[in-house]
Amino acid sequence: MRRHLVLRVGGRASTRTLLRAFAVTAALAVLTVLAAVIALGLGEMRISAVDVVRALVSDAGTAIETVVVQWRLPRVLLGVVFGAALGLSGAVFQSLTRNPLGSPDVIGFDSGAYTGAVVSIIAVGSTALVIPSALAGGIATALAVYLLAYRRGVHGFRLIVVGIAVTALLGSVNTYLLLKARLWQAQMASVWGAGSLNGLDWSDARNGTLVVLALLVPLLWLGRRLRMLELGDDAAAAMGVAVEPVRLALVVVGVSLSAVVTALAGPIPFVALVAPQLARRITRAPGVQLVPAAVTGAFLLVTCDMVALNVPPQALPVGLMTIILGGAYLVWLLVAQSRKELR
Amino acid sequence: MTLEASKVTFGYRDRPVGTGLDLAIAPGSFTAIVGPNACGKSTLLRVLSRLLKPTEGAVLLDGKAIAHQPSKQVAKRLGLLPQSSIAPDGITASDLVARGRFPHQSALRQWSRADEAAVRDAMAATGTTDLADRLVDELSGGQRQRVWVAMVLAQQTELLLLDEPTTFLDIAHQIELLDIFAGLNDEGRTIVAVLHDLNQAARYASHIVAMRDGAVYAEGAPAEVITEATVEAVFDLPCKVVPDPVSGTPLVIPLGRAQRHR
Ligand SMILES: Nc1ncnc2c1ncn2[C@@H]1O[C@H](COP(=O)(O)OP(=O)(O)O)[C@@H](O)[C@H]1O
Ligand SMILES: [Mg+2]
Repeated sequence: MRRHLVLRVGGRASTRTLLRAFAVTAALAVLTVLAAVIALGLGEMRISAVDVVRALVSDAGTAIETVVVQWRLPRVLLGVVFGAALGLSGAVFQSLTRNPLGSPDVIGFDSGAYTGAVVSIIAVGSTALVIPSALAGGIATALAVYLLAYRRGVHGFRLIVVGIAVTALLGSVNTYLLLKARLWQAQMASVWGAGSLNGLDWSDARNGTLVVLALLVPLLWLGRRLRMLELGDDAAAAMGVAVEPVRLALVVVGVSLSAVVTALAGPIPFVALVAPQLARRITRAPGVQLVPAAVTGAFLLVTCDMVALNVPPQALPVGLMTIILGGAYLVWLLVAQSRKELR
Repeated sequence: MTLEASKVTFGYRDRPVGTGLDLAIAPGSFTAIVGPNACGKSTLLRVLSRLLKPTEGAVLLDGKAIAHQPSKQVAKRLGLLPQSSIAPDGITASDLVARGRFPHQSALRQWSRADEAAVRDAMAATGTTDLADRLVDELSGGQRQRVWVAMVLAQQTELLLLDEPTTFLDIAHQIELLDIFAGLNDEGRTIVAVLHDLNQAARYASHIVAMRDGAVYAEGAPAEVITEATVEAVFDLPCKVVPDPVSGTPLVIPLGRAQRHR
């Protein structure tokens, strides 16, 4: 038997995971914490890891504490929480669509949110209504894609093709809007459009974290059903899964997980695409792997944000870093795919 | 446990399949459903397993409408092997069989000792114990089908509905699988299987349902149903039926064009 880790508490509670998946995920979680601690120490004022930990758990003097806890922690915390949310969102969609490209950013959510944001910036003349407009744009696009792809249930490939078509359409709408807008409006929209954790404070961190935690509750229940859906609709239904309601609920939760991130940080592409695939490869576990995808997403986003902030001469929005990451991943995927075909 | 379809009218939105069909599955029976392609066998199994709601009539499990029972409860009593299922990428045989335990699990209880025992027993019963760590994608057709059967067995239901479990297998693997079903039937499980080979159906089943155009054309013991007249009417195929020299059950010898004109 491949080795599993089984945990039982009396006769009532029990769970099982593949030993390797558990070990790899735990190791990655530790790495994420390490990256977070390093990120908290980096910046104009360099702070040693020891002082960072001291500032977090006890006290390290007001100056250091202000920098670490007040200024940097919200951003790093959101890096972890948003990375996890994007990883989960991607895992849900890739599993539903049975396709490694089926992540919310690929199937239209991000460009819909961007359209919403641009329209509100042009109409209102400020970023006051960006959050609700972006959410409305993203969710409306996701729903439209879902409905357009619906034919006796939703099938993965259709969803992706429709999503890509809608993304392309919205791309040209966005370009048109930016060309029509005044220069300062276009600038404002472009800043929002390059997703970034810049300038997020504790109230954003609190709201973002609470929403993501609230979304984990239904996901706990839906996750096991998602694994059953992987066997095909009939097999899942025969084992007691209410296929269509569960699938719709998963779409709603998956979109919401992406939506929180986009609302507060703007679109951060490719984390949702890459994290679940990377998680599957390193855990070598079958099917959708929600927890590993979440941890991988957290690690990727925290690391990307740290690099974007500290490595280039001038800080970049993390969205640009993740685009590079995603580009590298897609090239690798193409190469791996063509190698397979050549064999 | 009895399963019964009472005056069910069923089909898909743009395609009615059957009207007012009655069918009772006797407890402990081995029922074979036979009939030409597209006559509605799979659709009927989907109705019987509450995957498809009949537009009229009802499916009754122990006399109670199946549509009104919680689907996880139903799934503990009635298992279905669909005509085609999908194995997730990179899944091993034992992990796939373990998924059959879903109806018995909950958010808190995800892997009890009963789950472990059920998976072990299901794999032993199907001779797949040695395949436990193999990837399902890399198994032969016969091995893979036995793993899927093990998954449905792990569900530990009294009644098993099997949609074309032997299609695509060579004859030795077909017999191997039918022997497994016969063994399960001997242990008291009720089996309903869609089969294409009439001779195998006649030999293994205690009851045969012959379908045509979404309706039950004839049903009963193999000797009553597998006759020259019925086979010709159901399949549009002239044939001779002789006693099987080994088991004495009906043996269908189809007549092709060459034999017909002799
Ligand atoms: N999902 C579906 N939607 C619409 N029509 C279907 C669907 N599945 C099967 N059918 C149609 O219903 C009829 C019965 O199909 P089916 O029950 O699969 O036949 P069998 O299993 O006997 O070969 C066929 O005409 C088939 O084309
Ligand atoms: Mg069929």
